Amino acid sequence: MMELLAQTGLNAVYAASYISLVAVGLVLIFGVMGVINFAHGELFMAGAYAVVALYADMHLPFFVAVPIGMVFVGVLGLVMERGLFRPLKGNPLGGLVASIGFLMILQSLAVMGFGVRMEHIPPVTQEVWRISDKVGLPVARIYVIVAAVVLLSALWYFLKRTRFGWALRASAQDPEAAALQGISITQTARIAMFIGAALAGVAGALTAPLVSVNPHMGHSVIVTAFIVIIVGGVGSLEGAIIASVVYAFVHTFVTTFSDGVLADIVGLMLMLVVLIVKPTGLFGSADRA
Amino acid sequence: MLKPMMFLLGAAALIALPHGLSFSQQEILVFMVINILLVMSYRLLTLTGEWSLGHVVIMGVGAYASALMTKNLGVPVPLGMILGGVAAALLAVLLSFPLFRMKGFYFLIGSFAAGEIIRLIWKRFREPFGGVRGISGIDPMPDFSIGFYSFDFFEPVSYYYFAGAIVAFCLWVLWRIEKSPVGLTFHAVHWQDKLAQASGVNLRAYRTLAFAIASGFAGIAGALQAHYVGTVNPNSFDIEVMVFVLTWAIVGGTTTFYGPILGCVLLTVINEIVLRGMGFEQARPLFYGAIMILSILFLPNGLESIVQKFIPRKSAAKSDRKAEA
Repeated sequence: MMELLAQTGLNAVYAASYISLVAVGLVLIFGVMGVINFAHGELFMAGAYAVVALYADMHLPFFVAVPIGMVFVGVLGLVMERGLFRPLKGNPLGGLVASIGFLMILQSLAVMGFGVRMEHIPPVTQEVWRISDKVGLPVARIYVIVAAVVLLSALWYFLKRTRFGWALRASAQDPEAAALQGISITQTARIAMFIGAALAGVAGALTAPLVSVNPHMGHSVIVTAFIVIIVGGVGSLEGAIIASVVYAFVHTFVTTFSDGVLADIVGLMLMLVVLIVKPTGLFGSADRA
Repeated sequence: MLKPMMFLLGAAALIALPHGLSFSQQEILVFMVINILLVMSYRLLTLTGEWSLGHVVIMGVGAYASALMTKNLGVPVPLGMILGGVAAALLAVLLSFPLFRMKGFYFLIGSFAAGEIIRLIWKRFREPFGGVRGISGIDPMPDFSIGFYSFDFFEPVSYYYFAGAIVAFCLWVLWRIEKSPVGLTFHAVHWQDKLAQASGVNLRAYRTLAFAIASGFAGIAGALQAHYVGTVNPNSFDIEVMVFVLTWAIVGGTTTFYGPILGCVLLTVINEIVLRGMGFEQARPLFYGAIMILSILFLPNGLESIVQKFIPRKSAAKSDRKAEA
């Protein structure tokens, strides 16, 4: 029993790390742009397909394919910023609808390019890091955990310690005041979109060999990300990370001890309860609605 | 004199319409009529300023309720359809307690979560909802005759007339509601909520009322669909269908009564007939997504804004209301 608990805990840590990459990106985009990016799950999917194309089909090394995939998805984010969100500034519902349109485009491009069927990706490594006979973590999952910790720490340093980060946070807090201080809102929007999309892309790229890659994989990703950012408080990066951990543990444990659909129901219930009791989320501030 | 003439002409055209179409186009026509009711009920909710992402699931509630009642309890199909609408409305009242603690974006996400929970419950519990496969073998509408025309519900044309009559009646009710003091209050709740509240309007009650009425008609639309198709399953009410409803409403525009109908008809024709006819089977979502983006970028007030250019009398009143917002 102890072993099962320990094993489920390790699996939850893995789930928490890729969920937090996706959710932090979504929060960053919402904070700076003021729109909900419904296509965020499809950015994750695009990252996974970048690995399919570069690693599985073109046989590039995995650790070359992942950064290329990350930059590729970041560029997709720039395209969305320029093509959709900038012209639709001040129209959040419009931005939402446009991102749904973009989602459909990405999905059907994936279907046309790769087919609807699940992709087979050769495993990067078969090694398993063993703690005891029954408890262990595949090394491929450890890569995801390490990447999440490194990237999120780097993001934290960037936001809290560099001038660009200050500018970014300032324009998330109060775009008008930030603009008056000489911060280019367009420039910060571009950076936020690139980082936000790239984080979703790298999460997709790293987990591609571990999950079933198909054109509709984004759906469950975006649902999870929504739950996490609501529970954590929309606009709060720390909240998103903590909520990712909470959600991953709840979801993994319910899946292990009961079943996956029930785990989804419990997760959504968690989000509804938070919405009812404290609509700004556990770590959200009241003013940013 | 002109108006009744136009009305009769329009009705005659709608009655003659299916006879010029192929079988599959007739089937699309049936779905389109049902979808018009769906999107118009959605519009009633948007009058109060709330955009929900759970409306299609509510439609599913009507479909499931009617299917289960006719199948397991032996309720006659027409009564089942009405009860399906009632069930959807009651569930909406229940959902309004948690959901209307939220507004705007939070309501959007909250309604999405509530809808997903309902959908997952259908998936999880095989008794009585049938799990992932859903319910099949739902009783069809029994055939009947009204003297000069006998309905044979294996024919899409018959079902088109039947559903068309029901939808027309429902649209008339929706129209009367909107033009009544209650409907005007819905507008006030959206555009002047502080003033409305100060004048003694119970905002929460009117929001709930709009939500319940909209859900009831969505439930009837769901029941109409269930008894035509013969099966319901959780995936036929997922977020992708909701996206279609959202785009019909937004591409058509929601400030006028005819806007969503325009959006639904035009996008259905483009999606089902033009794109399918041109052989873009896999690329259909791509074109559809592109149309969504282009229309939101270049036609932010919807197709109705084009119509309004040609009918200046009405557009003056509408733009006044927009200016207030």
